Amino acid sequence: MRTDGIAAALAHVERLDGLARADSLAGRLDPRAKLATTLAFLVTVASYGRYQVTALLPLALFPVAILTLGDVPLAPILIRVALVSPLAILVGIFNPILDPSPIGSLGPFVITAGWASFASILVRFALSVSAALLLVATTGLDAVCAALSRFRVPRVLVVQLLFLYRYLFVLFGEVSRTLRAYALRSPSHPVPRVREAGALLGQVLLRTLSRAQRVHAAMLCRGFDGELRLRRPLRARSADVAFVVTWFAFFALSRAFDLPRLLGNAVAGAVR
Amino acid sequence: MSHHLVSLSDVVFDYPDGTPALRGVSFAIHHGESVGLVGANGAGKSTILLHLAGVLLPRSGEVRVGDWPVTPKTLAQVRRSLGFVFQDPDDQLFSPSVGDDVAFGPLNLGLPDDVVEERVVYALERAGATALRPRPPYRLSGGEKRAAAIASVLSMSPDVLVMDEPSAGLDPAARRRLIGLLRSFEHTKVVATHDLDLVLEVCARTIVLRDGRVAADGPTASIFSDEALLSDCHLEKPLRLQSCPRCGPR
Amino acid sequence: MHMSDALVSPAVAGSLWAVTAGVAAMSARALQRDPDDRRVPLMGVLGAFVFAAQMVNFSIPATGSSGHLGGGLLLSALLGPPAAFLVMASVLTVQALFFADGGLLALGCNIFNLGFLTCFVAYPLIFVPLSGRAPSRMRLAGATVAGAVVGLQLGSLGVVLETVLSGRTDLSFSSFLLLMQPIHLVIGVVEGSVTAALVLFMRESRPDLVSIGATPSPKPGPPVRRVAAAVLLAAAVAGGALSRIASAKPDGLEWSLAHARASAQTGPSAGPAGEPSERRDTPAGLLFARLAPGWAATAERPGNVGPEAPERASSSFSGILGAGLTVAMIALLGSGLRALRRLSRPAPLQ
Repeated sequence: MRTDGIAAALAHVERLDGLARADSLAGRLDPRAKLATTLAFLVTVASYGRYQVTALLPLALFPVAILTLGDVPLAPILIRVALVSPLAILVGIFNPILDPSPIGSLGPFVITAGWASFASILVRFALSVSAALLLVATTGLDAVCAALSRFRVPRVLVVQLLFLYRYLFVLFGEVSRTLRAYALRSPSHPVPRVREAGALLGQVLLRTLSRAQRVHAAMLCRGFDGELRLRRPLRARSADVAFVVTWFAFFALSRAFDLPRLLGNAVAGAVR
Repeated sequence: MSHHLVSLSDVVFDYPDGTPALRGVSFAIHHGESVGLVGANGAGKSTILLHLAGVLLPRSGEVRVGDWPVTPKTLAQVRRSLGFVFQDPDDQLFSPSVGDDVAFGPLNLGLPDDVVEERVVYALERAGATALRPRPPYRLSGGEKRAAAIASVLSMSPDVLVMDEPSAGLDPAARRRLIGLLRSFEHTKVVATHDLDLVLEVCARTIVLRDGRVAADGPTASIFSDEALLSDCHLEKPLRLQSCPRCGPR
Repeated sequence: MHMSDALVSPAVAGSLWAVTAGVAAMSARALQRDPDDRRVPLMGVLGAFVFAAQMVNFSIPATGSSGHLGGGLLLSALLGPPAAFLVMASVLTVQALFFADGGLLALGCNIFNLGFLTCFVAYPLIFVPLSGRAPSRMRLAGATVAGAVVGLQLGSLGVVLETVLSGRTDLSFSSFLLLMQPIHLVIGVVEGSVTAALVLFMRESRPDLVSIGATPSPKPGPPVRRVAAAVLLAAAVAGGALSRIASAKPDGLEWSLAHARASAQTGPSAGPAGEPSERRDTPAGLLFARLAPGWAATAERPGNVGPEAPERASSSFSGILGAGLTVAMIALLGSGLRALRRLSRPAPLQ
C-alpha cells in the first residue's frame, strides 16, 4: 500500500495496463462478461461458511483459467497478493488465538476452529485479490468503464474514472520529481516532514489546478459543451454468453457441493 | 483571395492582478498566410493566441475570426473554424487513447459516427499519426504526442491553425518532421514560438511583439535581418543566419 | 483501513454497496442540477493529485510516526461534498482494481467509510462549524485536524462494525474496537496535520478556491440532514430485513460442526466464547447463518457435508485427499493450457 514507492506503483499500473492492451483470448471477451463473472465469483467466495477451507479450492479454477487465457504472468499477481496480505492476516490471526476448540484432526495434529477459520480467510483472500487483479489485467480500465456505463453507473463517475486514470501518470511523475528534488536538497532527512507538506504538496496542487484550467480550455476549443460523448460499441458474442453461463454454473455447483471431499471419497473408495 | 481571416483591432487586455498584457494590438492575417508570432517571454504571444480562440476576451478592441467577431455568443462558431494546438500536449490529450482524442472534436460537433470515423482517419494520416491511434497518451514520446495533438485539432477541419510553441521539447528528428508537416499544411497558420529557425522555414510573415504591442510586422526575411529591432525586442537572429557571410558577422 | 473481501460477508457488503450506490446517485444528481463544465477536468486531475499525494509519507520528527494525506477533507473544501465524494469513490475504485487495496466486494464499505463519512459527515459537521468565518491559522489547523480525527474514528468504527457483523473473525466487537480506535486516533492526527498544512498553504496562495468561512460549499449539495437520514434509513432497512429472516437455527454446516466439536471435546474448556452454539447466537453468528437462505436449503441435500458432518469432521483424510487432488488438477490444467498457448502462438517477430 503506502509502502510502495511512487515509482514502483507507477510501474505496477503500467504493467497491468500493458497486459490489458495485449491481445489474448481473455482480452477479447466482452468486458461486461468479465465484470459480471468476476463479481459473481467474489460473491460466491464470500458466501462460503466460516470454517470451510477445502470446499473453496475448486473455485481456484477461475483465476487460473483467466490467468492462462489472458497470458498474464503469474509472478506479479502473486507478489501483489503477498504485498496486500498483511491487513487480512492481522485481523485473521486472532482467530486461532481466540478459538482453540478442535473441530478435526489430521493424523497426529488437531485442527482447531480458529485455525480453520484463519485458513479460510487466507484462501478467500488469495482468491478474491487475484480475481480483481486479473480482471483489470485482462480488461483494462477503459473497457471496465465501458461495461460500467452499460450497467447504468452514473456517467459523471465513469468520466471521472477515465480522467483520473489518464492523469494518474502525469501526477505520479510530478509528485515523484518533486520528492526527488526535495531529497536531493535535504540529504540528512530525505523523508519530508509534516510541516513541509504544505509547500511540497501545495506547489503540485497549484500546478494541478492550472493544468485543470488548461485542459478545460483545450476541451472548450474543441467544442466541449459539458457532456462527454464516449464512443464505446460493445457487442456481446455467443462466446461471451457461453463464458458467463458456464462459470455461473460452475460457481453454483462448487458452492452447493463440497467437490474436493466428493473427489476424495471417490478416490479413497476406489482405492479400497 | 485576400479577405481577412483573422484580425485583431486595437485589443487591450489585462491580467487578473491588473498587469497590462496587451496594450492595443492590431494586425490582420489573410487566407492561406503563414505567420510567426515572436517576442520575449511575457511579450504577449500566448495571450494573443488565447484571444483568438476566445478563451480570453479583451477589455477593449475587437478580435475577428472568419466571419465572426469573437464574443461569448459566437464561441461555438469560432472554435469550429480555429484549431488550437497547446504548448503542453498533455493538456490537450485527455482521452484514454489517441483515437478517442482525435474523435473528441467531431463528436462534439454532433457529427454522425461514420463521418467522425472519416475525419479521424484523415486527421491521423495528415499528421502522420495513424499508427498512434490505439495508444494511450502517456506512452507516447514528445514528438508522438505533438503529432497526436495536431491530429486532434485537424479532425475538426479548421480554417486556421494556431500553435503555441509547437517545437518545444522535441528532439531534432521530431522537430524536422514537424517542420515538414507544417510546410505541407495549406491552412492559415499562426505560430507563436521562440524557435526562430522554425519561423524562418515555415512562416513567410512575422509579427514581433514587445511589451504587449506590435513592434514590427512584415516579411520574415527582412525582420530577421534587422539586428537593431531584434535586440531591442530581446531577440536575436535565427541560428542559421548568424554565421551567414552575406548577412554579415555579428 | 481498506477492508478486504476475505473479511466481509455478502450480506454486509451488499448492504453497504446499496448505501454507497444511493449516495453516489444522489451526488451525481446534485451535480447535474448545477452544471459547470470546468468540473469535469478539475475533478479528474484532483483525483489524480489525491491518489499521487497519498503515496507520499510525511514524518513527524522525534516520534518516528508518519502519515499521508487523506483527501476527503481537502476535496470537500475545494469541490463541495457531492463532487468530493465522487472523486474519493473513483480513487478508491482504482486502488481496489489495480492495487488490490481493498476488495471489489468490500469497495462499497470502503467508499462509505473513507468517502461518505469524511465528505458528508466530518466535513460539514465538524470542519465547517469549527472553522467558522475567516478563521485564524491556529483555528483552521485545529478544525482540520479535528475533522480528520473524527472522520477516521467514524471510518474505523465502520470497519469494526462491518467486520464483526460479517462474522469472519473471532474478535469481539469491544476488543476489535479497542484495537482499532486508538491506532486510528494517531493516524487521524497525522493525516489531519498534513491536510492542515496543505489547506493553510492553499488559503494563502489561492483563497478564492478553498471555501473556508463564508459559505460551507460553493456548489449546492443535497442537504446533509437529508443524506444522513437516507443513509440511516437504508441501513435500518438492510439490517432489519436481515435480522427478520435470521432465526436461531444455524445452517446445516454450522450445526454439524458445532455438534462435531462438542463430541470431539475431551476437556472441560470449550473455548473462550463458551459453547459453540452460544457463539452462533451472537449478532455475527445470526446474520452469518442467514447470509444465504437459499444455500441453507442445499445443506440438506445429499452430497453436501451437512448431515454427515459429525463423523466426517473427525476423519478429514478424504477431505485432505480430495483437496490435494483438486489443487493438483487445477495446477496441471493451468500449466497445460499455458504450454498449449505458447505452442500455438506464432514466434515473436524480432
